[in-house]
Amino acid sequence: MSDLKYFTNGLLKENPLFVLVLGTCPALAVTTAAMNGIGMGAATTFVLVCSNLLIALLKNLIPSKVRIVAFILIIASFVTIVDLVMKAFTPDLYKTLGIFIPLIVVNCIILGRAEAFAQKNSVTRSILDGLGMGIGFTLALTIMGGIREILGNGSIFDIRLVSQDARTILLFILPPGAFLTYGYLIAIMNSVKRKYNI
Amino acid sequence: MTKKLESTLVNMILSLLLISAVMAAALGFVYGVTKGPIEVANKKKEIQAVRDVLPVFDNDPTKDAKLIDGLTFYFGTKEGKTVGCAVKTFTDKGFSGRFDLMVGFKPDGSVNQIVVLDQKETPGLGTKMKEPKFKDPFVGLKISALPSQQVKVKKDGGTIDAITAATITSRAFCDGVQKAYDLYMKNFSSAVADTAAIAKGDVK
Repeated sequence: MSDLKYFTNGLLKENPLFVLVLGTCPALAVTTAAMNGIGMGAATTFVLVCSNLLIALLKNLIPSKVRIVAFILIIASFVTIVDLVMKAFTPDLYKTLGIFIPLIVVNCIILGRAEAFAQKNSVTRSILDGLGMGIGFTLALTIMGGIREILGNGSIFDIRLVSQDARTILLFILPPGAFLTYGYLIAIMNSVKRKYNI
Repeated sequence: MTKKLESTLVNMILSLLLISAVMAAALGFVYGVTKGPIEVANKKKEIQAVRDVLPVFDNDPTKDAKLIDGLTFYFGTKEGKTVGCAVKTFTDKGFSGRFDLMVGFKPDGSVNQIVVLDQKETPGLGTKMKEPKFKDPFVGLKISALPSQQVKVKKDGGTIDAITAATITSRAFCDGVQKAYDLYMKNFSSAVADTAAIAKGDVK
């Protein structure tokens, strides 16, 4: 199974958030809680896998001059599907993620993987790549959301770690906290990668 | 491997047309499948919100809800007697724009309970308006249409403790509650007066 490397690629070596630095907009905005990270990651993974699959299938049918239009069309349709399905079956999660679900359309990871990977590779590899990238993104979002939730709100997955009135570092829930957390995580990732020569 | 289609006008149009058609069909299908569950989820949310803000009732308030000036009024009755009115209100003054509230009024015009419906306020700050710590002072509050007795945060001369670092949200919350009260009084004040008279009669 040499194809497996296309799956693990997205987890660490080319983690979309920490290494490729793609999809930062939703990452900075929704990671106020670990649960949001998982929800957002799952939605993105679904869109990523489906669009990679379809684009890999249709790659010879799409003339290169209109490829971006075609990719966006495909991605937008899948995002709308996710949007409707979440609205119907997980209304609570849909409420917290709100506008960021429709905004998956303009998430750079998805278009980036379509352009850089799916249109040049086979269907199996594209699915593996989509899965790997999606799970890598989900992990990254969950870690970021977890750190911000613990420091900023004193809870993890909505389980309180400190009492309701305890003073927490509010800054981490606010937008600057997202940038701080993100910066430190990238720094840690870089040093880990350098140390183990990944 | 077949060769990639060339970028001629016909090819481009055909390819995009094909993709659009297929995707449109897929979307139509998903819309059809999810339409029912979405309506059920919305209705459930609506009834749950009314239930949260009113005393126990035994009718279906969504059946004869009234829409006036963008606000929806739900009347809860128990054994034919009105137990309160839930008002779905909104404010445009939130930190991230509009958010929706459900305010329950008792027949005497005082606030029974408030729940936040749709909101996009800052997580961890503005969203604290959902917590009892902020909402509890509203329970039992007698609001008045008089400018001096309107529901306001302490900073504006009112009685409500604003949420730390979320004064704008707190103000908007008060604005929404006040709006609900004003319209409720304007349109249904007779109902309030009647029940008040009955209450008085009971005392005698």
